[in-house]
Amino acid sequence: MPVLQIEDLHVSVDSKSGIEVVHGISIEINEGETVCLVGESGSGKSVSSLATMGLLPKGSLKVTSGRILLDGENLLDLTPAQLRDARATRMSMIFQEPMTALNPVIKVGEQITEVLQAHTKLSNTECHAKVMDILEQVGLPDIERVARSYPHQLSGGQRQRIMIAMALVLEPRLLIADEPTTALDVTTQKQILKLMKDLQQNHGTAVLFITHDMGVVAEIADRVYVMNQGDLVEDGPVKEILTAPKKDYTRRLLSSVPSLVPRSPRPATSPKPALRVTELNKIYGGSGFLSKAKTTHAARDVTFDLTAGRTLGIVGESGSGKSTVARCVMRMIDPSSGGIRVGDQEIGGLTRKGLHPFRKKLQMVFQDPYRSLNPRLTIEESIIEGPVNYGTPKEQARTRAAELLELVGLPASAAQRYPHMFSGGQRQRIAIARALAMEPELLVADEAVSALDVSVQAQVLELLDEVQSRTGIAILFITHDLRVAAQICDEVCVMRRGEVVELGATADVLGNPQHEYTQSLLAAAPGRDWDFANFRPVAA
Amino acid sequence: MPIYLLRRVLAAIPVMLVVAVFVFLLLRLTPGDPAAILAGDMATPEQLDRIRESLGLNDPLLVQFVRWIGALLQGDFGTSLISNKPVIDLVADRMWPTIWIAIITLSLSVAIAVPMGVLAAWKQGSWVDHLVMTFSVLGFSIPVFVIGYLLIKLFAIDLKWLPVQGYKAPSDDFAGFAARAVLPALTLASIYIALIARMTRASLLDVLNEDYVRTARAKGLTERRVLFRHALRNAAVPVMTVIGTGFALLISGVVVTESVYNIPGLGRLTVDSIFARDYPVIQALILLTSGVYVMVNLLIDLSYSLLDPRIRY
Amino acid sequence: MAEKTMRGAFPLSTRQLAARVGAAPIIAAVVLSLIILAAIFAPFIAPHDPILQDPVMRLKPPSGDFPLGTDNFGRDLLSRVIYGARVSLVIGIGVTIMAVVLGLAIGLVSGFFRTADAIIMRIMDGLMAMPSVLLAIAIVSLMGASIWTVMAAITIPEIPRVVRLVRSIVLTAREEPYVEAAIALGTSMPRVLWRHLMPNTFAPLTVQATYVCASAILTEAILSFLGAGVSTETPTWGNIMAEARIYFRLKPMLILWPGLALSLCILSINLLGDAARDILDPRMGKRED
Repeated sequence: MPVLQIEDLHVSVDSKSGIEVVHGISIEINEGETVCLVGESGSGKSVSSLATMGLLPKGSLKVTSGRILLDGENLLDLTPAQLRDARATRMSMIFQEPMTALNPVIKVGEQITEVLQAHTKLSNTECHAKVMDILEQVGLPDIERVARSYPHQLSGGQRQRIMIAMALVLEPRLLIADEPTTALDVTTQKQILKLMKDLQQNHGTAVLFITHDMGVVAEIADRVYVMNQGDLVEDGPVKEILTAPKKDYTRRLLSSVPSLVPRSPRPATSPKPALRVTELNKIYGGSGFLSKAKTTHAARDVTFDLTAGRTLGIVGESGSGKSTVARCVMRMIDPSSGGIRVGDQEIGGLTRKGLHPFRKKLQMVFQDPYRSLNPRLTIEESIIEGPVNYGTPKEQARTRAAELLELVGLPASAAQRYPHMFSGGQRQRIAIARALAMEPELLVADEAVSALDVSVQAQVLELLDEVQSRTGIAILFITHDLRVAAQICDEVCVMRRGEVVELGATADVLGNPQHEYTQSLLAAAPGRDWDFANFRPVAA
Repeated sequence: MPIYLLRRVLAAIPVMLVVAVFVFLLLRLTPGDPAAILAGDMATPEQLDRIRESLGLNDPLLVQFVRWIGALLQGDFGTSLISNKPVIDLVADRMWPTIWIAIITLSLSVAIAVPMGVLAAWKQGSWVDHLVMTFSVLGFSIPVFVIGYLLIKLFAIDLKWLPVQGYKAPSDDFAGFAARAVLPALTLASIYIALIARMTRASLLDVLNEDYVRTARAKGLTERRVLFRHALRNAAVPVMTVIGTGFALLISGVVVTESVYNIPGLGRLTVDSIFARDYPVIQALILLTSGVYVMVNLLIDLSYSLLDPRIRY
Repeated sequence: MAEKTMRGAFPLSTRQLAARVGAAPIIAAVVLSLIILAAIFAPFIAPHDPILQDPVMRLKPPSGDFPLGTDNFGRDLLSRVIYGARVSLVIGIGVTIMAVVLGLAIGLVSGFFRTADAIIMRIMDGLMAMPSVLLAIAIVSLMGASIWTVMAAITIPEIPRVVRLVRSIVLTAREEPYVEAAIALGTSMPRVLWRHLMPNTFAPLTVQATYVCASAILTEAILSFLGAGVSTETPTWGNIMAEARIYFRLKPMLILWPGLALSLCILSINLLGDAARDILDPRMGKRED
């Protein structure tokens, strides 16, 4: 008998309109098996998992029909008290964001102990022993100290380990993991995935793993269910799905995953550097009366060149200083020292006023498409703002805006509408059009595709490529995603803790990494053995 | 922690300085002769001279200010123009009734309002919630003196359960004190309860939407435990903040309540001084109440670190 | 990502919004309109001259001619209560306009310019520390009790609250990528402030304005009640109550009628403010997109 058996599950919005968000899905998971539920945003994958746990937000979502059988027992028939008893003992869940999923004001040891107190009659010493045992199992160092820590005193990876310990301490039959590694850096992600795999093998737990990342799927799944907009598209063993997907949607999804195989650098169209950064330093903090004089060296002697018509990627994990460099280049923040030369002009030391004539030459595309457009301005007003600031007559700017919208693949009628009428990918296109309206020489893209679903991401990357070949613009591309970097960058610059560890042509750096940090990053990239777009393993 | 403490105390100094400058300039920058303003229309030249002398109004402003601040720092709050007594003595005479009423009000408010807010948030959308919210908006809207007179009419005049007005010191006659303190405290508490209950409800509702509350439910904890162990402490900081800022309402309310109930406290002293144009007393009272307000909020700031381990100084 | 999905999946429809707001604000709007109309057309509505004294008619109980009875000078209580609305409303509206305009200007400057911010916020902290009623009383007692000084005296303590609100909104909004994008587009600072930051303050300011208005009316009543408000010759709700204090045991309704008018007025404004907040709450707005 399967551990979990979902039969024809329907979930709807809990209101009169009652729009259905999950349209009759069926899933089966056996003992010791890892099943991945894959889909883009809005696919209903998280909703299905919350329904299983009985944790759908009250008053906004409800199960309308179907059965959810845990070891043959229908969870939808249980009383609230029975359901509570089943949680943590027979089924557990871990969430995406380990910082917010743990209570900030309670020590983590106590938060685990609480599970034991709620479901067992163990004595204090037995509880303590059991907590220490599970902390040991999830591979935490110095467990006595960790148990006495508050969540904010631990790193993201450690917090997720705590969540796993909490979920597994009573050895449930089923573990539901909702994007458990999405908020983590790749190296940490790799460790957590390995930990989950090990624990699963030791305890025989059935795992329902929800993710949007095909790389992760390739790493851990036994079987895969693909979801799209509340429907189950197809399912099957992982190899089958990755090598011989039957449905168009799955094929499209896989084709959109960027390849880790680096592109070959394009010949430089002009020898003239568009951007030259020399020994850039940025130090945060350090001043302040009676305050802790703790300084952070966010960027240390960063040096690189970028020629027109080419793309330089800055890759690194969180805290590597890659965004700091981007913001210094944009002069959103003042560099502590060093040179930033755009074209022939040194802009590192310019004042706000002195900078004005050169702002035009550098434009930026931001990460969050939902916040990068002023919600109160029409698309046209947003796009013409820059040119009008630099003296372009309004009429002319409007005509140009219409052309640009067409260029980024939006209808001219979009001009009079407001940002909230567009999807994330469309908004990112608008943001690109807004930047291009200034006819800049340099475009800084700070994680510009990270918030997008892979299929949309692929389209935006394509657009950037096309724009570049048309206009000869230089692009500084900040990303944490090696696949994206491999796909779009001519050169990459790998950063760690404020320092550049490796810099060179993408083909060299990602194809044959010299620095051990770059090597470890590549080794940690999930699904590195798969060439998803061609439905086959990477030829070794 | 000690460094933080020091920094917070130092940060209170500019605030008090602003208050002092404001109070000082208020009289001096009022159009017309300050002495004449204070003495009123019927003053003789001798009276005017005496006031000028007493307040040092003949010197340049800066000299006056420095001298005034110097005196303040030595605990000299000036002398009443009417009774010729040091202001500090007047305040000491009148302070206890006010302190007692304030303490009763504060404990009463927290004891009533927090459970009200918790209940409303827990049963969000139910009749309990509606009742609490209705009470809260009424508490905000009905002025203290209207509530005061309503309570007097109901409990003292119609039902005759309690004395109408007046005050007795708790050390002299505790039963008499209690009987006379109940209505003023309830009156004063009405707005404070409304404020705290509302904030408790809002803050708790915010917290109940947090991820860690979902985690707690996923662990199979009972709703009661989720609420009391996981939600309440996280909701406490905004509630503490509003208790602090609401303290200003309490001070303003005291002035009115003491007038309604004829209580010889600082509020009555304020009103009496205003009618007598006894500016040194008014000035000192504003300084003192502001000082108390700043102190209370300083203590509340420091209490945050007890509630939330992320706030460590 | 899951979070965003959930938000996207459940927009709040306008009908749900109306259901949330309920009947209370509508009743409140009607009551407030009646009070405003009564104030404007007081000379036509009031049965008697509110300041005409008639020693024969002192402290009479309600009758056909004097629906609420008369006060200790034989003046008609109903007429006085109707005229009393005028001062309250003028002060409420006047203070709101002044406090919002000044608070918005100071708050914008404070939120955007770091150097000015330090000084402005110390001053605002100082103003906040002074109990508003005490401060207003001190100002009125020094400057004399005209309607203008009363208005100024009530406005000053209200300003810091508006400043703090505006400043906090500006501080949050200036971190938004669209503001950074505007700066990158070469938009001048005053224009960024005007076009991209200020509109964010309008919804919360509307809500705050109702609370300022309610608070101003309340403070005016307290000042009048304590004898530090506009001259006793002008009937205001606070003045009527102050004069009736000594007769309270005898004629409690002399205090309770103006008290009821005052409470209803403040209650209506607060209810409208709550409704405005429910509709304009930025968190609800976020859920809607």
